[in-house]
Amino acid sequence: MKQLRIIGAVCTAVTLASAGMASAQSDGVDHAKADAEFAKFRAEMEDSNPAELFELKGEELWKAKRGPRNVSLAESCDLGLGVGKLAGAYVQNPRYYADAGKVMDVERRIVWCMTEKQGFQFADIAKQPFSKGNYTPEITSLVTFVAGHSRNMKFAIPMNDPKVREAWEIGKEITAYRAGPYDFSCNTCHGSDGKRIRMQNLPNLGKQEGAYKGVFGWPGYRMTGGVMLTSQWRMNDCFRQQRFPSPKYASDTVTYLLTYMTGTSNGLIYKGPGIKR
Amino acid sequence: MTKNLILAATAAIATLSAMPAFADATTRAKAIETIKRDFEPRGQADLDRLAEDGLQAICNRTNNDPKGDIVKVLEADQIAGIQYPADGKLMGDWKKGERLAQSGRGFTWSDKPGLPVGGNCYNCHQISPKEQAFGTVGPSLYQYGKQRGNTPEMQKYTYNKIFNSKSYNVCSDMPRFGHVGALKPDQIKDLVALLLDPESLVNK
Repeated sequence: MKQLRIIGAVCTAVTLASAGMASAQSDGVDHAKADAEFAKFRAEMEDSNPAELFELKGEELWKAKRGPRNVSLAESCDLGLGVGKLAGAYVQNPRYYADAGKVMDVERRIVWCMTEKQGFQFADIAKQPFSKGNYTPEITSLVTFVAGHSRNMKFAIPMNDPKVREAWEIGKEITAYRAGPYDFSCNTCHGSDGKRIRMQNLPNLGKQEGAYKGVFGWPGYRMTGGVMLTSQWRMNDCFRQQRFPSPKYASDTVTYLLTYMTGTSNGLIYKGPGIKR
Repeated sequence: MTKNLILAATAAIATLSAMPAFADATTRAKAIETIKRDFEPRGQADLDRLAEDGLQAICNRTNNDPKGDIVKVLEADQIAGIQYPADGKLMGDWKKGERLAQSGRGFTWSDKPGLPVGGNCYNCHQISPKEQAFGTVGPSLYQYGKQRGNTPEMQKYTYNKIFNSKSYNVCSDMPRFGHVGALKPDQIKDLVALLLDPESLVNK
């Protein structure tokens, strides 16, 4: 019943939202007003956060014995705080995992557990790793479930770990790297205060406040499109707009960017899984 | 003796203060190595897009602020590659320019290759007062021509700036629309008119 109510609220919001969005960009839509309307719906929907649906699905997937080895993630997957430990795990990743020899963000770590512990094939997970239309990948629900156990906790990336520190430094350098047909780096749009593309505000990733804006609400349910999306997707779509080729799924480049942004946000409160316009 | 100590201390301080710069270069090398390893082609976006051209490489290594004669050489190099419309005129149709300025299409992996590429102008600039949904990454261009006039020199400067923004500011944030073949000379002409034609809404 609660689910029905949520879906109803979401449908209404999405219909209204897409009516507002359809003519956006070029023909006299009052974008400031549209933003305010989105904010209103977001506030109203907080009580029936659609991310909860994906958390429920993720919980089933986390607890079920699955994969060729028929083990559950709950009994095999260590997100840095001990096998199966969830409280605060999302806000303490990315972190270094000695068993993998890599710094990993939560999504990448769950993928690692699915392949190394449950025996799934990486290529199958990476084929369509992000939500599209009515399709939500299992990994997205799993990440949303894990993230829900860090709601309203402070980011606490272990920056004293030299491996994490190095990932942070490399991530910072990646944001400055200009290439491609338009000479864009991340910083072209996200390197100074108060900038917009059209009416879209652009956080300055070089400052804590801006880096925080980039990570505090993901994974997020997008009202436009009606899909649940993760930080991995967010980084992927930035590279699309940068006119770059596509980062491989669960690669160092994306982990390092997330380390840079999340590490810079240490001490601030994680608000996801949330709702995005 | 004291003098030698002071010299040694000075040298040590100099070494220490040089270290962050050295560390930056190492980290940058690691960042580039990581990027080269981590991408795959998608749609029209091939891996060759990850390679820096000479100008990008210099901007990347100077925090977008190269100094000295190299700047003049690079800018002259960019200007040398500019192509002009066949009829020699640099101002076209400002209304066509406005339509082109509105479109942000082009060059992403989700854009169909071959479609006309947009000017992307409103993504970053205020231009016509009729369009309120403008970006602020670049400066406002409202009343651009009214403030500057439309002398042949101003037409040429404006044309060159759109064809290759790096002609006058070697690490400009703006793409080199003509240089990379996103916009053709006749399209750039229309954008010049949008900014400089006294009839354009930009200058009303």
